[in-house]
Amino acid sequence: MDFIKPTTWEEALEARASVPGAVPIAGGTDVMVELNFDQHRPPALIDLTAIDELAHWDLDGDSVRIGATVSYTTIITELANHLPGLALAARTVGSPQIRNRGTAAGNLGAGSPAGDSHPPLLSTGATVEVASVRGSRFVPIDEFYTGVKRTALEPDELIRAITVPAARGPQQFAKIGTRNAMVIAVCSFAVALDPHERAVGTGLGSAAPTPRHATDAEKYLVDALPWDSSEPLPGDVAERFGELVAAAAVPIDDVRGQATYRTHALSVMARRTLGWAWEEYRCA
Amino acid sequence: MTVGTPDNLASSTRGGVGQSPRRPDGTRKVTGQFAYSSDLWHDDMLWGVTLRSPHPHARIRSIDIGAALATSGVYAVLTHEDVPGIKYYGLEENDQPVLAVDTVRYQGEAVALVAADHPETARRAMHEIVVNYEVLDPLTDPVRAALDPEAPALHEHGNVVRHQPVRVGDVPSARSRADVVVTGEYEIGMQDQAFLGPESGLAVPGEDGGVDLYVATQWMHTDLREIAPCLGLPEEKVRMTLSGVGGAFGAREDLSMQVHAAMLAMHTGRPIKIVYNREESFYGHVHRHPAKMRYEHGATADGRIVYATARIVLDGGAYASSTTNVVGNAASLGVGPYIVPNVEIDAYGVYTNNPPCGAMRGFGAVQACYAYESQMDKLARELELHPLDVRRINAIHQGAAIATGQVVDTPAPMREMIDRLRDAPLPEAVDSGDVRNLPGGVSNTTHGEGVRRGIGYGVGLKNICFSEGFDDYSTARVRLEVVGGEPAVLVHTAAAEVGQGLVTLQGQIARTELGVERVSIAPADTQVGDAGSSSASRQSYMTGGAVKRACEAVRDRLFQLAAERFDVPADQLSLSGGKLVSEHSGVLVALADLLGDEAIEETREFHHRPTTGMDPVTGQGDTHTQLALCIHRAVVDVDVELGLLKVVDLTAVQDVGTVLNRVSLEGQIHGGTAQGLGLAVMEEIQLADGKLANPSFTDYLIPTILDMPPMRLDILERADPNAPYGLRGAGEPSTLSSTPAIAAAIRDATGLQIDRVPVRPHDIVHPVTG
Ligand SMILES: Cc1cc2nc3c(=O)[nH]c(=O)nc-3n(C[C@H](O)[C@H](O)[C@H](O)COP(=O)(O)OP(=O)(O)OC[C@H]3O[C@@H](n4cnc5c(N)ncnc54)[C@H](O)[C@@H]3O)c2cc1C
Repeated sequence: MDFIKPTTWEEALEARASVPGAVPIAGGTDVMVELNFDQHRPPALIDLTAIDELAHWDLDGDSVRIGATVSYTTIITELANHLPGLALAARTVGSPQIRNRGTAAGNLGAGSPAGDSHPPLLSTGATVEVASVRGSRFVPIDEFYTGVKRTALEPDELIRAITVPAARGPQQFAKIGTRNAMVIAVCSFAVALDPHERAVGTGLGSAAPTPRHATDAEKYLVDALPWDSSEPLPGDVAERFGELVAAAAVPIDDVRGQATYRTHALSVMARRTLGWAWEEYRCA
Repeated sequence: MTVGTPDNLASSTRGGVGQSPRRPDGTRKVTGQFAYSSDLWHDDMLWGVTLRSPHPHARIRSIDIGAALATSGVYAVLTHEDVPGIKYYGLEENDQPVLAVDTVRYQGEAVALVAADHPETARRAMHEIVVNYEVLDPLTDPVRAALDPEAPALHEHGNVVRHQPVRVGDVPSARSRADVVVTGEYEIGMQDQAFLGPESGLAVPGEDGGVDLYVATQWMHTDLREIAPCLGLPEEKVRMTLSGVGGAFGAREDLSMQVHAAMLAMHTGRPIKIVYNREESFYGHVHRHPAKMRYEHGATADGRIVYATARIVLDGGAYASSTTNVVGNAASLGVGPYIVPNVEIDAYGVYTNNPPCGAMRGFGAVQACYAYESQMDKLARELELHPLDVRRINAIHQGAAIATGQVVDTPAPMREMIDRLRDAPLPEAVDSGDVRNLPGGVSNTTHGEGVRRGIGYGVGLKNICFSEGFDDYSTARVRLEVVGGEPAVLVHTAAAEVGQGLVTLQGQIARTELGVERVSIAPADTQVGDAGSSSASRQSYMTGGAVKRACEAVRDRLFQLAAERFDVPADQLSLSGGKLVSEHSGVLVALADLLGDEAIEETREFHHRPTTGMDPVTGQGDTHTQLALCIHRAVVDVDVELGLLKVVDLTAVQDVGTVLNRVSLEGQIHGGTAQGLGLAVMEEIQLADGKLANPSFTDYLIPTILDMPPMRLDILERADPNAPYGLRGAGEPSTLSSTPAIAAAIRDATGLQIDRVPVRPHDIVHPVTG
């Protein structure tokens, strides 16, 4: 197995194009596990960590552009104000060691329906910037996930950055795990309120073959939220929102949990996270 | 100042018994310098790998090794036909093939071996081996295996490895006197020991046709007795040295790669290294027996238990391993630390096509404890008594008998322990602004919504040392000599340091007994006599006892030497600070001067008092060496809407006889409690038709520091006059009682039955009522 360590983005794209089957590696927290378990024998690894530009984030107008090797730890410590949903999700990933190495781009690259970055990226309408020697394109997050562990990335493409609109209102994230830290999601949920646009975003993890929105729940909430009042959230609104989120799920039974439990838990998380978000909004 | 008597331990030599000197292996382990068995290396070694069965039950029609053997870099491909000696081994029954012969009985059973010059080559070649299987239906229901005579027999002598009844008094007539009767069906999932250092080792062929084995194990001499016949070698040609052990908890009592590596080494004439990866490790060792248990207790209105019945079915999986003795424990300790005048217990250990189960911390007592403690809570509810009161009313004490009729003849301060636990302060209110304090933890699932608090209790009774007539003695060799002008002691045993701190304790004992500070511990190997297993909470007792004996023998010879040289009576001498002191004339001589060039070396065995077997019909007998009690209180916050949990507080009271090393001891109680917590709320090997669904630490979850609360310990010292220094084994008891205490707290919070552990979120959210 070859180990390729480009220092510029162009070299990385070259390597990606010229070595079919080579596996990009950022934090390696998925890649190395797969290698250790002998699930994968790639001809080469392309280490992206020596490419300086990928290791940074910047505020680009109303959006934050997160380079592909920015770690979860950086997201937590530097981006909690701009991207509270993603930072909350990052806080739940693995252990401190995993958060120091793991990246949101790697989470996208792996494409697991259980990845914790996905619900907040969905709920905020993020864009994935991908490129190859053939050129660049911007993939809306909704179009990024194409199947279980399958994504819109072409074999010669790399993720360069993720662009996430900076929060204009409260965002929340919750995840079910049967351990109180370092656990892969049984299911997860994110919600983002945008009071300026009167928009609502949601994201569901481990609830279907791909991460997904709860579109009906979003639509319902846009109309049902008493945006102009500072009253507590009406109980029936939270309840209905929970039901619609649960209705968007098509979960399975597996070693981590039962489908019926997942559906139930999603409705509870939806209700609770909306409650917290609304409290933040009305008290602001 | 004299040394070596229990009453003045605190004043003895620095680093002696009763103190907590630093572990000799501690710094290296914490800094990553410690060499584990997986770090072993030999310049011209080959790598061995094991081909395992993908099927839980199948007949082997043929094995074609041709392509594998033809792979470049491959030195050997071996099957059962190449086993040089006896093809079967086992801890208690010789029923497990070294390599599958004509049948595989569990998923992961070893079928063939490959040795190659690179691990990758070995793995590739392994995939070239073609095994033609005729897949058979697996037998996976242990109750069926135990009770249905129509079930297919997995072994010649049927599917019941052991059925042990216990019969005391007259249950039917006691039943008519009971004012309340409670029944329950309980289930325990399959727990894994989850040690961090996978099975690994090195086999080096010897010039004499023998083999040197460097392995991580729990009991070298029993390994030796199993390995040598399989290799067709006399025991003295198999030389074993303990390598760095990364945890054990029972999982290293059975053989894993030992015979395989030795076979490959003898066949190729090259050193062989085998290291399992994490997934293979889940297939490479036995697990804790899952259990299905049906209990009935009757009591009078004043809370006194008048009878108990129990049917305990333990799933031993494909091979016997230590099932026989696990059944013995479950039966003899089946009603726990309670006085029960009428008893009917039937404990079964059976063969199925599930993974083999054997030793794990708590060994049969864990399963029963969860059931009888759940019953105690039911009784308390039925009688409208406090859960601690029911336990107190029926508690054993010194002079009382347990279910086997064995009279507890050493301190058993259960009532006092209950009273102390009752008085222990409850935890302070948590800061609910920090999600780490709430169920779900960092996953941010509640800010207090749906959270209810429950409190629960558990008491466990564990046998210490081996039982049922087994003479699990230990041997120690102690050498005293002058090194660099100073007296120095070398302690040599075959006892396995598996992380529990035995090497520290051996040094403490030598310091106390010989008044010498410089003590080193020789690497454990089979060049000294048997030390027995590092299990059954027995090594402080047994190897501690042997080291003490050997030190006493060395001391006697020293006193003899001094008595002759200084013409003083030997019985007036003592050792202190490296000097010989006489009662009358004070310091006689420095040890170094007395010894000169002479070395004094003595080897001694230590045997515990004899025990008897269990009567095959009534289960009666004085079967246990020593009994130990631990009691827990758990405070658990339950998010009743999501079924998530936070164990907020665990308080334990344990009687340890005498504290030999407080830091090590507390570590054992913390660790045992954490392992019991794991069993209560998350640790389970999930099986589907005999196949493992979660053989990884991604999905086999063990508690993190956020799951395990800080503990409060109340440690009692009621010395046992039979044991060295009065100690009581302390490695396991806390593993028993923490599980039922946590389950009881969840019950208290939710009002649910909680008749199965580990408790899963859906058990709380969507309980199956039956
Ligand atoms: C102990 C442990 C705990 C974990 N806990 C969690 C958890 O709680 N939640 C969670 O979501 N995940 C968890 N994971 C999984 C993993 O940490 C995450 O998926 C992480 O986001 C992966 O990021 P990485 O940078 O390490 O990716 P890598 O392992 O480097 O890569 C992951 C995948 O993405 C591809 N890739 C990486 N960078 C790019 C790029 N720029 N362009 C194209 N493809 C790319 C790789 O080829 C690979 O397929 C855990 C892993 C471990 C080992």
